Amino acid sequence: MVKKGQPEKLIVKGKRLDGRGFDQMRDVSIKAGVIPEAEGSAELSLGETKVIAAVYGPREVIPKHLANPEKGIIKCVYTMASFATPDRNRPGPSRRSVEISKVMAEALTPVVNLEKYPKTSIDVFVEVTNANAGTRTAAINAASVALADAGIEMNDLVTSIAGGKADGQLILDLFNPEDNYGEADLPIAYLPRTGEVSLLQMDGELTPAEIEKLLKMIKKACEELYKKQKNALRERYKLK
Amino acid sequence: MVEKLLVENKNIVVPGEVLAEGMNFLPGKRAFREKEKICASILGLVNINGRVISVIPLSGAYMPNKDDVVIGQIEDVGFSGWHVNIFCPYPADLNVAEATRKYLDTNKTELTRFLDIGEYIFAKVIKVSSSKFVILTMKDRPYRKLKEGTIIKICSTKIPRLIGKKGSMVNMLKQSSGCEILIGQNGLVWISGDPEKEQMVVRAISKIEEEAHREGLTDRIKTMLGGENGKKRTARETNS
Repeated sequence: MVKKGQPEKLIVKGKRLDGRGFDQMRDVSIKAGVIPEAEGSAELSLGETKVIAAVYGPREVIPKHLANPEKGIIKCVYTMASFATPDRNRPGPSRRSVEISKVMAEALTPVVNLEKYPKTSIDVFVEVTNANAGTRTAAINAASVALADAGIEMNDLVTSIAGGKADGQLILDLFNPEDNYGEADLPIAYLPRTGEVSLLQMDGELTPAEIEKLLKMIKKACEELYKKQKNALRERYKLK
Repeated sequence: MVEKLLVENKNIVVPGEVLAEGMNFLPGKRAFREKEKICASILGLVNINGRVISVIPLSGAYMPNKDDVVIGQIEDVGFSGWHVNIFCPYPADLNVAEATRKYLDTNKTELTRFLDIGEYIFAKVIKVSSSKFVILTMKDRPYRKLKEGTIIKICSTKIPRLIGKKGSMVNMLKQSSGCEILIGQNGLVWISGDPEKEQMVVRAISKIEEEAHREGLTDRIKTMLGGENGKKRTARETNS
Protein backbone atom coordinates (compact mmCIF):
# COMPACT_ATOMS: atom_id res chain seq x y z
CA MET A 1 0.00 0.00 0.00
CA VAL A 2 1.25 3.43 -0.86
CA LYS A 3 0.94 5.86 2.02
CA LYS A 4 -0.20 9.40 1.62
CA GLY A 5 2.66 11.67 0.62
CA GLN A 6 4.92 8.78 -0.29
CA PRO A 7 7.09 9.43 -3.34
CA GLU A 8 6.81 6.79 -6.06
CA LYS A 9 10.51 6.17 -6.16
CA LEU A 10 13.27 7.13 -3.74
CA ILE A 11 15.98 6.75 -6.34
CA VAL A 12 15.59 8.26 -9.77
CA LYS A 13 18.16 7.72 -12.53
CA GLY A 14 20.89 6.65 -10.12
CA LYS A 15 20.42 9.69 -7.91
CA ARG A 16 18.53 10.33 -4.70
CA LEU A 17 15.56 12.65 -4.48
CA ASP A 18 17.67 15.55 -3.26
CA GLY A 19 20.25 14.95 -5.99
CA ARG A 20 22.89 13.32 -3.78
CA GLY A 21 24.98 10.30 -4.72
CA PHE A 22 24.51 7.10 -2.71
CA ASP A 23 27.51 7.62 -0.45
CA GLN A 24 27.21 11.36 -0.14
CA MET A 25 26.44 13.12 3.15
CA ARG A 26 24.39 16.26 3.41
CA ASP A 27 26.32 19.50 3.96
CA VAL A 28 27.60 19.78 7.51
CA SER A 29 28.40 22.96 9.36
CA ILE A 30 29.49 23.09 13.00
CA LYS A 31 30.09 26.07 15.22
CA ALA A 32 31.46 25.71 18.75
CA GLY A 33 30.83 28.09 21.62
CA VAL A 34 27.41 29.52 20.78
CA ILE A 35 25.94 29.70 24.30
CA PRO A 36 27.98 31.93 26.63
CA GLU A 37 26.19 30.72 29.79
CA ALA A 38 27.09 27.07 29.16
CA GLU A 39 30.53 25.61 29.86
CA GLY A 40 30.58 24.30 26.31
CA SER A 41 28.21 24.43 23.39
CA ALA A 42 27.89 23.74 19.68
CA GLU A 43 25.49 24.36 16.87
CA LEU A 44 25.34 21.82 14.06
CA SER A 45 23.42 21.55 10.86
CA LEU A 46 23.28 18.42 8.78
CA GLY A 47 21.38 19.45 5.67
CA GLU A 48 18.05 20.72 6.97
CA THR A 49 18.46 19.06 10.36
CA LYS A 50 19.60 21.60 12.93
CA VAL A 51 20.58 20.99 16.54
CA ILE A 52 22.05 23.01 19.40
CA ALA A 53 24.00 21.27 22.16
CA ALA A 54 25.00 22.70 25.54
CA VAL A 55 27.17 21.16 28.23
CA TYR A 56 26.98 22.19 31.89
CA GLY A 57 29.35 20.89 34.47
CA PRO A 58 31.07 18.92 35.86
CA ARG A 59 28.73 19.94 38.66
CA GLU A 60 27.06 18.56 41.76
CA VAL A 61 24.75 15.63 41.07
CA ILE A 62 21.07 16.22 41.73
CA PRO A 63 19.45 14.07 43.12
CA LYS A 64 22.41 13.29 45.37
CA HIS A 65 21.97 9.51 45.55
CA LEU A 66 22.91 9.22 41.87
CA ALA A 67 26.44 10.43 42.59
CA ASN A 68 29.18 7.87 42.15
CA PRO A 69 32.13 8.40 44.53
CA GLU A 70 34.54 6.84 42.04
CA LYS A 71 33.61 8.53 38.80
CA GLY A 72 31.36 11.10 37.24
CA ILE A 73 28.16 10.45 35.38
CA ILE A 74 26.87 11.82 32.09
CA LYS A 75 23.28 12.91 31.83
CA CYS A 76 21.81 13.63 28.43
CA VAL A 77 18.56 15.34 27.61
CA TYR A 78 17.38 15.31 24.02
CA THR A 79 14.43 17.51 23.24
CA MET A 80 12.73 18.51 20.05
CA ALA A 81 11.24 21.96 19.63
CA SER A 82 7.51 21.97 18.89
CA PHE A 83 8.22 23.75 15.59
CA ALA A 84 10.93 21.30 14.46
CA THR A 85 8.62 19.10 12.39
CA PRO A 86 6.11 20.08 9.65
CA ASP A 87 3.21 19.25 12.00
CA ARG A 88 3.48 20.70 15.47
CA ASN A 89 4.86 18.09 17.84
CA ARG A 90 3.91 18.03 21.49
CA PRO A 91 6.75 19.41 23.59
CA GLY A 92 8.02 17.56 26.63
CA PRO A 93 9.45 14.11 27.14
CA SER A 94 8.16 11.36 24.92
CA ARG A 95 8.97 7.69 24.48
CA ARG A 96 11.21 8.62 21.58
CA SER A 97 13.12 11.43 23.30
CA VAL A 98 13.72 9.33 26.42
CA GLU A 99 15.20 6.59 24.24
CA ILE A 100 17.44 8.97 22.32
CA SER A 101 18.63 10.66 25.53
CA LYS A 102 19.63 7.25 26.84
CA VAL A 103 21.47 6.03 23.75
CA MET A 104 23.21 9.41 23.42
CA ALA A 105 24.56 9.20 26.96
CA GLU A 106 25.77 5.67 26.23
CA ALA A 107 27.40 6.74 22.98
CA LEU A 108 29.28 9.58 24.67
CA THR A 109 30.30 7.86 27.91
CA PRO A 110 33.18 5.72 26.51
CA VAL A 111 35.21 8.77 25.43
CA VAL A 112 34.95 10.87 28.60
CA ASN A 113 37.56 10.34 31.34
CA LEU A 114 34.91 10.11 34.02
CA GLU A 115 37.33 8.98 36.72
CA LYS A 116 38.72 12.53 36.70
CA TYR A 117 35.37 13.88 37.88
CA PRO A 118 34.23 11.79 40.87
CA LYS A 119 30.86 12.63 42.46
CA THR A 120 29.88 14.98 39.67
CA SER A 121 27.56 14.97 36.74
CA ILE A 122 28.19 16.33 33.28
CA ASP A 123 24.89 17.47 31.85
CA VAL A 124 24.40 17.51 28.10
CA PHE A 125 21.33 19.18 26.64
CA VAL A 126 20.49 18.92 22.96
CA GLU A 127 17.62 20.77 21.37
CA VAL A 128 16.53 19.87 17.86
CA THR A 129 15.34 23.08 16.22
CA ASN A 130 14.64 21.55 12.83
CA ALA A 131 14.16 17.86 12.17
CA ASN A 132 14.76 16.23 8.82
CA ALA A 133 15.94 12.72 9.76
CA GLY A 134 19.27 11.95 11.39
CA THR A 135 18.58 14.01 14.50
CA ARG A 136 20.20 11.53 16.85
CA THR A 137 23.39 11.41 14.81
CA ALA A 138 23.45 15.20 14.57
CA ALA A 139 22.82 15.41 18.31
CA ILE A 140 25.75 13.10 19.10
CA ASN A 141 28.11 15.03 16.81
CA ALA A 142 27.11 18.34 18.37
CA ALA A 143 27.26 17.00 21.92
CA SER A 144 30.77 15.66 21.37
CA VAL A 145 31.98 19.08 20.14
CA ALA A 146 30.23 20.77 23.07
CA LEU A 147 31.89 18.39 25.55
CA ALA A 148 35.32 19.16 24.13
CA ASP A 149 34.51 22.88 24.16
CA ALA A 150 33.57 22.59 27.85
CA GLY A 151 37.17 21.57 28.60
CA ILE A 152 36.23 18.10 29.74
CA GLU A 153 38.95 15.47 29.57
CA MET A 154 38.16 12.98 26.84
CA ASN A 155 40.22 10.42 24.99
CA ASP A 156 38.49 10.95 21.65
CA LEU A 157 35.65 12.76 19.92
CA VAL A 158 32.50 10.92 18.83
CA THR A 159 31.29 11.10 15.25
CA SER A 160 28.00 9.73 14.12
CA ILE A 161 26.10 9.23 10.89
CA ALA A 162 23.35 6.96 9.63
CA GLY A 163 23.39 4.50 6.79
CA GLY A 164 20.37 2.85 5.25
CA LYS A 165 18.64 1.30 2.34
CA ALA A 166 16.07 2.72 -0.03
CA ASP A 167 14.74 1.16 -3.23
CA GLY A 168 17.20 -1.70 -2.70
CA GLN A 169 20.16 0.65 -2.78
CA LEU A 170 22.53 1.22 0.16
CA ILE A 171 22.70 4.91 1.00
CA LEU A 172 24.43 7.20 3.48
CA ASP A 173 22.86 9.86 5.69
CA LEU A 174 19.12 9.42 5.11
CA PHE A 175 16.88 12.43 4.80
CA ASN A 176 13.18 12.53 5.58
CA PRO A 177 11.53 10.59 2.66
CA GLU A 178 14.23 7.91 2.80
CA ASP A 179 13.86 7.62 6.56
CA ASN A 180 10.07 7.34 6.36
CA TYR A 181 9.67 5.12 3.30
CA GLY A 182 13.06 3.42 2.94
CA GLU A 183 13.75 -0.17 3.84
CA ALA A 184 16.29 0.32 6.61
CA ASP A 185 17.96 2.90 8.84
CA LEU A 186 21.24 2.21 10.65
CA PRO A 187 22.53 5.06 12.84
CA ILE A 188 26.07 4.51 14.11
CA ALA A 189 28.40 6.42 16.42
CA TYR A 190 32.06 5.86 15.66
CA LEU A 191 35.19 6.81 17.60
CA PRO A 192 37.63 7.99 14.92
CA ARG A 193 40.90 7.44 16.79
CA THR A 194 40.29 3.91 17.97
CA GLY A 195 37.78 2.84 15.32
CA GLU A 196 35.33 1.59 17.95
CA VAL A 197 31.57 1.79 17.59
CA SER A 198 29.67 3.24 20.55
CA LEU A 199 26.17 3.26 19.11
CA LEU A 200 24.49 0.94 16.65
CA GLN A 201 20.78 0.86 16.18
CA MET A 202 18.82 -0.58 13.32
CA ASP A 203 15.36 -0.10 11.98
CA GLY A 204 14.24 -2.30 9.07
CA GLU A 205 15.98 -5.22 7.49
CA LEU A 206 19.53 -5.61 6.25
CA THR A 207 21.66 -8.65 5.49
CA PRO A 208 25.00 -9.06 7.30
CA ALA A 209 26.81 -8.33 4.03
CA GLU A 210 24.87 -5.10 3.62
CA ILE A 211 25.72 -4.01 7.15
CA GLU A 212 29.41 -4.61 6.43
CA LYS A 213 29.18 -2.43 3.33
CA LEU A 214 27.31 0.30 5.17
CA LEU A 215 29.86 0.26 8.00
CA LYS A 216 32.60 0.98 5.47
CA MET A 217 30.62 3.86 4.01
CA ILE A 218 29.88 5.22 7.47
CA LYS A 219 33.51 5.02 8.60
CA LYS A 220 34.60 7.06 5.59
CA ALA A 221 31.95 9.69 6.26
CA CYS A 222 32.84 9.80 9.96
CA GLU A 223 36.47 10.59 9.15
CA GLU A 224 35.18 13.59 7.22
CA LEU A 225 32.91 14.60 10.09
CA TYR A 226 35.85 14.30 12.48
CA LYS A 227 37.78 16.86 10.42
CA LYS A 228 34.81 19.25 10.55
CA GLN A 229 34.54 18.82 14.34
CA LYS A 230 38.25 19.51 14.76
CA ASN A 231 38.00 22.60 12.59
CA ALA A 232 35.02 23.91 14.53
CA LEU A 233 36.93 23.59 17.80
CA ARG A 234 40.10 25.19 16.38
CA GLU A 235 38.06 27.99 14.82
CA ARG A 236 36.74 28.92 18.26
CA TYR A 237 40.18 29.85 19.53
CA LYS A 238 41.79 30.87 16.26
CA LEU A 239 43.95 33.96 16.24
CA LYS A 240 41.94 36.84 14.96
CA MET B 1 59.68 2.80 15.48
CA VAL B 2 60.21 6.24 14.04
CA GLU B 3 60.24 9.10 16.53
CA LYS B 4 57.98 11.77 15.16
CA LEU B 5 56.58 14.97 16.63
CA LEU B 6 53.32 15.82 14.91
CA VAL B 7 52.55 19.19 16.50
CA GLU B 8 54.33 22.43 17.28
CA ASN B 9 54.37 24.39 20.51
CA LYS B 10 51.18 26.44 21.09
CA ASN B 11 49.19 24.51 18.47
CA ILE B 12 45.51 24.06 19.30
CA VAL B 13 44.69 20.37 19.70
CA VAL B 14 41.43 18.54 20.26
CA PRO B 15 40.79 15.53 22.53
CA GLY B 16 42.17 12.34 21.03
CA GLU B 17 44.49 14.10 18.61
CA VAL B 18 47.83 12.32 18.17
CA LEU B 19 50.65 14.60 19.33
CA ALA B 20 53.71 12.43 18.77
CA GLU B 21 54.77 8.93 17.87
CA GLY B 22 57.56 6.95 19.44
CA MET B 23 58.60 5.82 22.89
CA ASN B 24 61.09 8.66 23.31
CA PHE B 25 58.33 11.15 24.12
CA LEU B 26 56.51 11.25 27.44
CA PRO B 27 52.93 12.30 28.12
CA GLY B 28 52.64 15.25 30.52
CA LYS B 29 49.49 16.73 32.04
CA ARG B 30 46.30 16.20 30.04
CA ALA B 31 48.01 13.87 27.59
CA PHE B 32 48.14 10.11 27.56
CA ARG B 33 50.04 7.32 25.89
CA GLU B 34 48.36 4.70 23.80
CA LYS B 35 50.80 2.07 22.58
CA GLU B 36 53.41 4.17 20.80
CA LYS B 37 51.37 7.32 20.38
CA ILE B 38 50.95 10.30 22.65
CA CYS B 39 47.45 11.80 22.48
CA ALA B 40 45.82 14.91 23.88
CA SER B 41 42.97 14.40 26.32
CA ILE B 42 41.57 17.92 26.33
CA LEU B 43 40.99 20.88 24.03
CA GLY B 44 44.01 23.10 24.55
CA LEU B 45 47.42 24.40 23.57
CA VAL B 46 50.40 22.08 23.17
CA ASN B 47 53.31 22.66 25.51
CA ILE B 48 56.50 20.83 24.58
CA ASN B 49 59.13 20.71 27.27
CA GLY B 50 62.01 18.55 26.08
CA ARG B 51 60.62 15.04 25.82
CA VAL B 52 57.49 15.80 27.80
CA ILE B 53 54.40 16.88 25.89
CA SER B 54 51.51 18.34 27.83
CA VAL B 55 48.36 20.28 26.99
CA ILE B 56 47.29 23.59 28.55
CA PRO B 57 43.50 23.73 28.80
CA LEU B 58 41.52 26.58 27.23
CA SER B 59 38.32 26.01 29.16
CA GLY B 60 36.90 23.87 31.92
CA ALA B 61 35.54 23.93 35.45
CA TYR B 62 37.71 24.58 38.49
CA MET B 63 38.80 21.49 40.40
CA PRO B 64 40.12 22.23 43.90
CA ASN B 65 43.62 21.23 45.01
CA LYS B 66 45.46 21.51 48.32
CA ASP B 67 46.99 24.94 48.96
CA ASP B 68 44.87 26.70 46.34
CA VAL B 69 43.92 30.24 47.23
CA VAL B 70 40.25 30.83 46.48
CA ILE B 71 37.46 33.36 46.81
CA GLY B 72 34.21 31.87 48.06
CA GLN B 73 30.73 32.91 49.03
CA ILE B 74 29.11 31.87 52.30
CA GLU B 75 26.22 29.62 51.38
CA ASP B 76 24.99 28.38 54.72
CA VAL B 77 25.84 28.60 58.41
CA GLY B 78 26.15 25.37 60.37
CA PHE B 79 26.67 24.46 64.03
CA SER B 80 30.41 24.94 64.07
CA GLY B 81 31.26 26.53 60.78
CA TRP B 82 30.18 27.68 57.39
CA HIS B 83 29.42 26.05 54.08
CA VAL B 84 31.17 27.95 51.35
CA ASN B 85 30.50 28.00 47.64
CA ILE B 86 33.88 28.06 45.93
CA PHE B 87 32.41 27.66 42.44
CA CYS B 88 33.50 24.09 41.91
CA PRO B 89 31.51 20.83 41.83
CA TYR B 90 32.32 19.99 45.45
CA PRO B 91 31.11 21.52 48.72
CA ALA B 92 33.62 23.41 50.86
CA ASP B 93 33.57 23.89 54.64
CA LEU B 94 35.12 26.51 56.85
CA ASN B 95 35.31 25.55 60.52
CA VAL B 96 35.10 28.12 63.32
CA ALA B 97 38.58 27.16 64.46
CA GLU B 98 39.91 27.91 61.00
CA ALA B 99 38.04 31.18 60.63
CA THR B 100 39.68 33.22 63.34
CA ARG B 101 42.53 33.07 65.80
CA LYS B 102 40.32 34.07 68.69
CA TYR B 103 38.61 31.42 70.79
CA LEU B 104 34.91 31.31 70.04
CA ASP B 105 32.37 29.50 72.14
CA THR B 106 29.92 28.19 69.58
CA ASN B 107 27.29 27.76 72.29
CA LYS B 108 27.27 31.42 73.13
CA THR B 109 28.10 33.27 69.94
CA GLU B 110 26.04 33.65 66.83
CA LEU B 111 28.22 32.63 63.89
CA THR B 112 26.48 35.01 61.51
CA ARG B 113 28.08 37.86 63.48
CA PHE B 114 31.37 36.93 61.85
CA LEU B 115 30.28 35.76 58.43
CA ASP B 116 26.75 35.97 57.11
CA ILE B 117 25.14 34.23 54.18
CA GLY B 118 26.06 35.88 50.90
CA GLU B 119 29.33 37.38 52.09
CA TYR B 120 32.57 36.69 50.30
CA ILE B 121 35.79 35.38 51.82
CA PHE B 122 39.37 35.04 50.67
CA ALA B 123 40.62 31.68 51.91
CA LYS B 124 43.01 28.82 51.35
CA VAL B 125 42.24 25.17 50.70
CA ILE B 126 43.96 23.12 53.41
CA LYS B 127 42.64 19.75 52.40
CA VAL B 128 40.74 18.00 49.68
CA SER B 129 39.76 14.62 51.06
CA SER B 130 39.74 11.50 48.91
CA SER B 131 35.96 11.73 48.79
CA LYS B 132 36.32 15.31 47.60
CA PHE B 133 35.30 17.27 50.65
CA VAL B 134 37.08 20.61 50.64
CA ILE B 135 38.28 22.21 53.87
CA LEU B 136 39.20 25.89 53.94
CA THR B 137 41.14 28.13 56.30
CA MET B 138 41.37 31.90 56.72
CA LYS B 139 43.49 31.94 59.85
CA ASP B 140 46.58 33.67 58.54
CA ARG B 141 47.10 36.83 56.56
CA PRO B 142 46.11 37.77 53.88
CA TYR B 143 43.02 35.55 54.19
CA ARG B 144 39.97 37.49 55.32
CA LYS B 145 36.42 38.54 54.70
CA LEU B 146 35.99 40.69 51.60
CA LYS B 147 34.03 43.89 52.12
CA GLU B 148 33.17 46.48 49.47
CA GLY B 149 34.82 46.21 46.08
CA THR B 150 33.74 44.36 42.96
CA ILE B 151 33.82 40.62 42.43
CA ILE B 152 33.90 39.11 38.96
CA LYS B 153 34.19 35.54 37.77
CA ILE B 154 36.35 34.44 34.89
CA CYS B 155 37.27 31.00 33.64
CA SER B 156 39.71 29.39 36.09
CA THR B 157 41.96 28.23 33.24
CA LYS B 158 42.72 31.90 32.44
CA ILE B 159 43.99 32.69 35.95
CA PRO B 160 47.69 31.98 35.22
CA ARG B 161 47.47 34.46 32.33
CA LEU B 162 45.85 37.08 34.55
CA ILE B 163 48.66 36.73 37.07
CA GLY B 164 51.36 36.68 34.40
CA LYS B 165 54.98 35.67 34.69
CA LYS B 166 55.99 36.32 38.31
CA GLY B 167 52.84 38.40 38.70
CA SER B 168 53.72 40.83 35.91
CA MET B 169 50.18 41.21 34.57
CA VAL B 170 48.40 41.68 37.89
CA ASN B 171 51.11 44.02 39.16
CA MET B 172 50.66 46.15 36.06
CA LEU B 173 46.90 46.28 36.69
CA LYS B 174 47.48 47.22 40.33
CA GLN B 175 49.95 49.96 39.50
CA SER B 176 48.03 51.60 36.69
CA SER B 177 44.71 51.59 38.55
CA GLY B 178 45.76 51.95 42.17
CA CYS B 179 43.19 49.27 43.03
CA GLU B 180 43.66 46.37 45.40
CA ILE B 181 43.26 43.09 43.52
CA LEU B 182 42.90 39.59 44.98
CA ILE B 183 42.77 36.58 42.70
CA GLY B 184 41.28 33.20 43.58
CA GLN B 185 42.45 30.13 41.71
CA ASN B 186 38.80 29.25 41.22
CA GLY B 187 38.34 32.16 38.83
CA LEU B 188 36.95 34.80 41.16
CA VAL B 189 38.67 38.17 41.27
CA TRP B 190 38.12 40.86 43.87
CA ILE B 191 38.90 44.46 42.96
CA SER B 192 38.66 47.37 45.35
CA GLY B 193 39.48 51.02 44.81
CA ASP B 194 38.14 54.07 43.03
CA PRO B 195 34.85 52.94 41.38
CA GLU B 196 35.86 54.28 37.97
CA LYS B 197 39.20 52.52 38.14
CA GLU B 198 37.49 49.33 39.32
CA GLN B 199 35.45 49.34 36.13
CA MET B 200 38.59 49.90 34.10
CA VAL B 201 40.21 46.86 35.71
CA VAL B 202 37.06 44.80 35.07
CA ARG B 203 37.24 45.71 31.38
CA ALA B 204 40.93 44.86 31.24
CA ILE B 205 40.33 41.48 32.94
CA SER B 206 37.55 40.53 30.53
CA LYS B 207 39.88 41.39 27.66
CA ILE B 208 42.57 39.18 29.23
CA GLU B 209 40.04 36.36 29.55
CA GLU B 210 38.98 36.70 25.93
CA GLU B 211 42.49 36.81 24.51
CA ALA B 212 44.33 34.65 27.03
CA HIS B 213 45.63 32.23 24.39
CA ARG B 214 47.16 34.93 22.21
CA GLU B 215 50.65 36.35 22.40
CA GLY B 216 51.70 39.91 23.17
CA LEU B 217 48.77 40.37 25.53
CA THR B 218 50.67 42.25 28.23
CA ASP B 219 51.58 45.00 25.75
CA ARG B 220 48.03 45.30 24.47
CA ILE B 221 46.65 45.57 27.99
CA LYS B 222 49.33 48.16 28.77
CA THR B 223 48.30 50.37 25.86
CA MET B 224 44.64 49.87 26.76
CA LEU B 225 45.20 50.96 30.35
CA GLY B 226 47.50 53.79 29.29
CA GLY B 227 44.89 55.05 26.84
CA GLU B 228 42.08 54.97 29.38
CA ASN B 229 44.17 56.63 32.08
CA GLY B 230 45.24 59.36 29.63
CA LYS B 231 41.68 60.00 28.48
CA LYS B 232 40.43 60.46 32.02
CA ARG B 233 43.15 62.95 32.83
CA THR B 234 42.56 65.16 29.81
CA ALA B 235 38.82 65.11 30.44
CA ARG B 236 39.35 66.30 33.97
CA GLU B 237 41.80 68.99 32.89
CA THR B 238 39.37 70.44 30.37
CA ASN B 239 36.67 70.49 33.04
CA SER B 240 38.75 72.55 35.40
